[in-house]
Amino acid sequence: MTSRIEVRKTLKLYIGGAFPRSESGRTFEVDGHNAALASRKDARDAVLAARAAFGKWTGATAYNRGQILYRAAEMGESRGVGASDVDRLVWYAGWADKIAQVIGNANPVAGPYFNLSSPEPTGVVGVIGPSDLVEAIASVIVTGNTCVVVTPRAVEAVFLAEVFATSDLPGGVVNILTGYPKEVGPWLASHDDVNALDLSGLDDAELAKSLEEAASDTLKRVLRPLPVTGMQRMTAFLETKTVWHPKGV
Amino acid sequence: MTAVVDLDVTGSNEELRRFLHGLPGVDQVGADARAAQLGTRSIKTTAKAWAIDLAIRMVDLTTLEGADTPGKVKALCAKAKRPDPADRSCPPVAAVCVYPSLVPVAAEALRGSGVHLASVATAFPSGQAPLAVKLEDTRAAVAAGADEVDMVISRGEFLSGRYLAVFDEIKAVKEACGEAHLKVILETGELVTYDNVRRASWLAMLAGADFIKTSTGKVSPAATLPVTLIMLEAVRDFEQETGRKVGVKPAGGIRTTKDAIKYLVTVNEVAGEGWLDPDWFRFGASTLLNDLLMQRTRLKTGHYAGPDYFTLD
Repeated sequence: MTSRIEVRKTLKLYIGGAFPRSESGRTFEVDGHNAALASRKDARDAVLAARAAFGKWTGATAYNRGQILYRAAEMGESRGVGASDVDRLVWYAGWADKIAQVIGNANPVAGPYFNLSSPEPTGVVGVIGPSDLVEAIASVIVTGNTCVVVTPRAVEAVFLAEVFATSDLPGGVVNILTGYPKEVGPWLASHDDVNALDLSGLDDAELAKSLEEAASDTLKRVLRPLPVTGMQRMTAFLETKTVWHPKGV
Repeated sequence: MTAVVDLDVTGSNEELRRFLHGLPGVDQVGADARAAQLGTRSIKTTAKAWAIDLAIRMVDLTTLEGADTPGKVKALCAKAKRPDPADRSCPPVAAVCVYPSLVPVAAEALRGSGVHLASVATAFPSGQAPLAVKLEDTRAAVAAGADEVDMVISRGEFLSGRYLAVFDEIKAVKEACGEAHLKVILETGELVTYDNVRRASWLAMLAGADFIKTSTGKVSPAATLPVTLIMLEAVRDFEQETGRKVGVKPAGGIRTTKDAIKYLVTVNEVAGEGWLDPDWFRFGASTLLNDLLMQRTRLKTGHYAGPDYFTLD
């Protein structure tokens, strides 16, 4: 009797809803698997995909974004993602249509106007070397941002990418580059079309410092250092829009 | 350079037809494959920087919308003169291309800048108007200050085989242009076959076109690399045959620096280095310019540029 030949999975990047290999053709070994090693040009493509996805994702109703994150939790549950991660997704899913009520405001003014402040997503967020992938991604996208994630933890990352890819999440909202933060991070930090950086999970202090410096050229929002709560994570990538609105007939 | 020779093949429709149909047929698969192969060339670093600056100098910055306003045209002209206000070393574009009614506004805005002013004419984009109207359209554009005229051919006449009618029309428009340069739009997306593209190119050149241009930008497909390749072959052969040099302008659908460089490679390989000049090759484009500027910034600063830092139009 012949034994069955195992179907082995190639760990690839997740860019614009697809799973391409690195354009550089490079791989690196992670926990006994060969994983695609992201390059500068993969980062460039991922930012393009994230920017292209931003309009539609931020224009979706908050309720719809919550539903999609909840769907990701469902997918995670059936695919054996850890219970705490699934619970995190559900927790953030619930915030989608509530955060504006908590941190938005109807401001008192001395005139016949409404003055309303509401949170708006910052844009494309580079998440570099997060300590907790689910937490990092969910907190960034729930408010309408799109993200490019750089992480060396390829097995976990690709597993999570497959969860998002099957959750009705539009392609490009989450882009995952498996590779070294030290190699890819600087390209995201200096990229004019990246609006914010999440460095809160980065364990290399020297790298974090240089990324912060590079980010200052384009006045990116930077989240650093640890520890941060879920609410802090969400508000770090929100900006407040205040509008004056005439009152009356 | 050889002396200019007149090809005497335009005596009658029959004679013209015999000449155009006697041109060697285009190997469609071969043309596609050649274009695809030329598109794989890798142009990097200093060569890329040179190509980007050349491409910027070749852009006909175009706005041809029903919603165009004098304000928008003025803004476009300002951008044409100084595409990257933050960088003095960035060259101006070749020309601004607008509808005839906006030529006076653009002429005022471009005065003394060296940037050419092109106007579409002859019932752009369909070309479906009586000849007298088309000629008046052309004269009005030139009188208002356009030094380049982009005309469309009557595809209906061409496709039904009335070549002489098309020839006479181009000739009449060329006369109406006076000093102004005439670009003849073939609208290759409506010509169906590559053979027709070759024939239309020759027809336009015989009638006196200074430039042959692929498309109006209003029909899909617009400019493609194989079609441009065939037109470049035509201008090369025409120069050999008659001694008169004609320019080529692909328009519509060229949006990225990568695409633009593919075109430049094709120009160099097919027509030759002589055509790598804004006088002989142009890009009809609007969004292309921003991508060129972003790539230019990327090469200069070493980091990726974003669209937020460049004007929308």
